[in-house]
Amino acid sequence: MTNAKDIVIVDYGMGNLRSVVNAFEHLGCRTVIARRGEELDQGDAIVLPGVGAFGEAMRVLHERDLIGPLNRAVIERGRPILGICLGMQVMAESSDELGEHRGLAWLSGRVRRMSGGRVHRLPHVGWNALMVTREAPLFTGLDGERVFYFNHSYSLDCDAGHVLATTEYGETVVAAVRAGNIFGLQFHPERSQQGGLALLGNFLDYAGHC
Amino acid sequence: MLKVRLIPCLDVKDGRVVKGVNFVDLRDAGDPVEQAQIYDKAGADELCFLDITASHENRDTILDVASRTAEQCFMPLTIGGGVRTTEDIRRLLLAGADKVSINTAAVKHPDFVREAAEKFGTQCIVVAIDAKRTGTEKFEIFTHGGREPTGLDAVDWARRMAGYGAGEILLTSMDRDGTGEGFDIPLTRTIADAVSIPVIASGGVGTLDHLVEGVRDGHASAVLAASIFHFGTYSIAEAKQAMDKAGLAVRL
Repeated sequence: MTNAKDIVIVDYGMGNLRSVVNAFEHLGCRTVIARRGEELDQGDAIVLPGVGAFGEAMRVLHERDLIGPLNRAVIERGRPILGICLGMQVMAESSDELGEHRGLAWLSGRVRRMSGGRVHRLPHVGWNALMVTREAPLFTGLDGERVFYFNHSYSLDCDAGHVLATTEYGETVVAAVRAGNIFGLQFHPERSQQGGLALLGNFLDYAGHC
Repeated sequence: MLKVRLIPCLDVKDGRVVKGVNFVDLRDAGDPVEQAQIYDKAGADELCFLDITASHENRDTILDVASRTAEQCFMPLTIGGGVRTTEDIRRLLLAGADKVSINTAAVKHPDFVREAAEKFGTQCIVVAIDAKRTGTEKFEIFTHGGREPTGLDAVDWARRMAGYGAGEILLTSMDRDGTGEGFDIPLTRTIADAVSIPVIASGGVGTLDHLVEGVRDGHASAVLAASIFHFGTYSIAEAKQAMDKAGLAVRL
């Protein structure tokens, strides 16, 4: 397990910041809440949390002038970043949630509403099992069934090369992605008890070795 | 495969846990954060706090409970009771709640649900429905702990709330709540079959078979119970084993 990393958690007004802060502090990290671009450089890694709507998330990132600084930190300087739920979705090129919106375009892919229905009700809410398609440092030590907490109605369709894990919910849902230093999770590790904390610990270990 | 969720619920009054039988005889049973930690360690899939604090001055006690719980527990937390404004929701979410449940305020101002879903996202808005039988297959919405009839048909109401952006329905049978006689299965199934958002069955669990029935026969996506866990009749593990044995997908 990692010790005392500084983790920058981006506050763009979208949801459960507190839970994410609590989880990293529980793992022994210092957390820096970043509301301005210059604050993104104050840590070893960046976390982009988020619950809510895609368009609103992008609007706030623009409004707070965070997009340029995020691109510089993540794309130019290669800082490790973890996007959680909506925080992963905004890394895509676009989304059709409540209109057509452009994303950060760090991942080749788009976000769309899941098909759903009377059997596979939306939101997809609850604990679902991962099918790991590509072993990655994130999953180290997570043996047995890897079950995490999901809560979403939109999902990411992306380049197969990004996909680390999927889950099944009437369709195959992208659950975890990686593109170099960029990691994204559709589920909520900060709400997934021991397995979720272990996964966040793995991200910290990765961030510590870059 | 998505697992069936087992959700223990704690009634919280003035920052302390209580549990009512038919919402009347309340018994004090401790600190909500301690209880939450026990459920977290036991592998509960989510936790629900229902704030039944009556006095306005003590309404903020739930924010402290939420934030202390969220520091200790890494599972989804839903808080309901007295949620009337988007500001109430914002404060609960900031304190550490993942979802809020809206009951009376939805009945009084249905557009509040729409506004809340647009602002915070469907996935964090649970609409709590307290329903009572008024005929053989007829169910009516009640508020104020089952005392106030509203004239609203439960099925119509559930459909309307789903259309307004509710992410889940927490359905409580006021006839069964606190009785230990099991969920009102026809009610649960009628509502679950009428909407395509998840329905959490609540009210009446007395045995582990009741949990199974709520899913198998009531078509609920999740089951909520209070007393059977709270007074130690059954553990979370026993409940999950029983559900697993009955062929339901659960997280063991």
